[in-house]
Amino acid sequence: MVNYCNTLYFLIFLPIVILIYNITPKKHRPKILLLASYIFFFSISGKLIIFLIFSSLSIHHFGLWLESIKSERDEILKNVQKEDKKEIKITYKKKEKRIIILAILIHLGLLVFFKYTKFFGININNLLAQLKVNYQIPLPKLLIPIGISFYTLEAISYIIDVAREKIKPEKNLMSLALYLSFFPKTVEGPISRYEDLKESLNAGEKTTYKSLCFGAQRILYGLIKKVVVADRLNILVKSIFSMSEFSNGGIVALGTIAYTIQLYMDFSGTMDVVIGSAEIFNIRLKENFRQPFFSKSISEFWSRWHITLGTWFKDYIFYPVSLSKPMKKLTTILRRHLGNHFGPLIAGSVALFLVWLANGLWHGAAWTFVFFGMYHFFFIIIANITEPLVNKFYCVTHINRENIIVKTIRIIKTTIIVLIGELFFRADRFKTALAMFNALITKFDFRVIMSKDIFNFGIDKLDFIIVIITLVFVFVISILKEKNINIRKILSTWQKPLRWLIFYILIFYLIIFGAYGMNYTPVDPMYANF
Amino acid sequence: MEKLINILESLNPGVDYQNVTTLIDEHYLDSLTILSLVAEIEDEFDITIPTVEIIPDNFNSASALHKMIERLSEED
Repeated sequence: MVNYCNTLYFLIFLPIVILIYNITPKKHRPKILLLASYIFFFSISGKLIIFLIFSSLSIHHFGLWLESIKSERDEILKNVQKEDKKEIKITYKKKEKRIIILAILIHLGLLVFFKYTKFFGININNLLAQLKVNYQIPLPKLLIPIGISFYTLEAISYIIDVAREKIKPEKNLMSLALYLSFFPKTVEGPISRYEDLKESLNAGEKTTYKSLCFGAQRILYGLIKKVVVADRLNILVKSIFSMSEFSNGGIVALGTIAYTIQLYMDFSGTMDVVIGSAEIFNIRLKENFRQPFFSKSISEFWSRWHITLGTWFKDYIFYPVSLSKPMKKLTTILRRHLGNHFGPLIAGSVALFLVWLANGLWHGAAWTFVFFGMYHFFFIIIANITEPLVNKFYCVTHINRENIIVKTIRIIKTTIIVLIGELFFRADRFKTALAMFNALITKFDFRVIMSKDIFNFGIDKLDFIIVIITLVFVFVISILKEKNINIRKILSTWQKPLRWLIFYILIFYLIIFGAYGMNYTPVDPMYANF
Repeated sequence: MEKLINILESLNPGVDYQNVTTLIDEHYLDSLTILSLVAEIEDEFDITIPTVEIIPDNFNSASALHKMIERLSEED
């Protein structure tokens, strides 16, 4: 049941869970959600559910352990002189640090074991072959628990937040188990924080007419993005990226644009289904996208794309590193000599480097992902360094950077950088990505995109028309959202017959134009593989 | 409060710090400016700002920042 966008999920599993959830007494509803979540997880990963259960038990234990250390510290602090307090605080801080490191090592260790063993093995074997050593490490065939990249980050954030006293440790094990396993977010996130979900997960709020309608609307919109556009483009993208030779840069450009659209429609569409599913149970998950293709810079793009991953990196890597004691010292010294802009740049860059290395590796164990991370790091650093110069340029030339033409140019520039990054992200091997990039630069022929050659990659003219019409529809909705217009609220004020007419049109549009059935292969959510 | 406004003005001039309540949300303060701001506040007010305090709620306005500084000074 790995796909949130298949009929088994939204026509059978979800309605059954909604029904059982609502006929169950309020206080037992969270248990129904936990049971449903474990059934969902088991249907995908089978016995590997043991690792999810282990993670829940582990964070429960570590949370309580940290609490006992803090209580012990507070007890001692009550009975000592003021001058001794600092020393005791430092001692206990060290104790807490050791516990946090142990917890992080356990959870990260499991993630590294499942995700990167093969990657390390392949690279060690390559090295051994280069050194002409006649030995190869046997590569294990590991099955990976679904969503481990997502729930591991949630587990770590819980432990750190307890240590930072941002949240109280949870005594109820079931509550934590549900936080890590809640089925709508199991496969692709959004990466949640316990403080945001605790209340609504345990509230057992009944499904209301409004929550059902709003949730269903969101699911329908997500399904259109995923099934009509992303799944339809899959065959085109696969055909282009698996070509043995790239003789035309125009085709590479088509493949890159199609892949970027596919990835966005797939991931954001699945997020709509996920957030809509949770909304039916009156549980608000965090938004993961905010019209990323309206971004005017790469750092803005990343504050609008996969938002919950970006904020996780910011809260648990960027600020802890850049505001660590040695970095703070460095910033203070450099600010005296280099001023307010360049002073914090070194500390910021070191932290950013770690963030982007982690971002690349989080997406997968391959050099293409490492490059993907470093590629974005490079553009963000360049933007940081040149910022005063750029500001001066706007000032001297009296060009208003909020002017519509300037804004459009900046959006196009950002989109091109993103597109090239996605080319490296999608390519099976780094060598393939370089060959594609080379063709894009040196063999670009625009005419091929306007010719019938584009129908040689598995999708025909009608498919293109359907994709374009749906993209226009999504673009209009995105503009309205960008202008902070609440479309669903407006829809709810319209006459019922008109409202239902629109829903029926969208439902039939999905049924008729969805890329499923005989000519299409079902596509799992793309981020489920990360 | 005046000291704080002066720090903000020196780091990132041209913003109405008395009234703006979206310093983070509207990107008036980027992450590098926040690093300078934290260093400056820690020096000036002799406090330590833990990472957990670096959240939009504490940095979105001068008054929110001021409240955080007062709270951390009391805790110290």
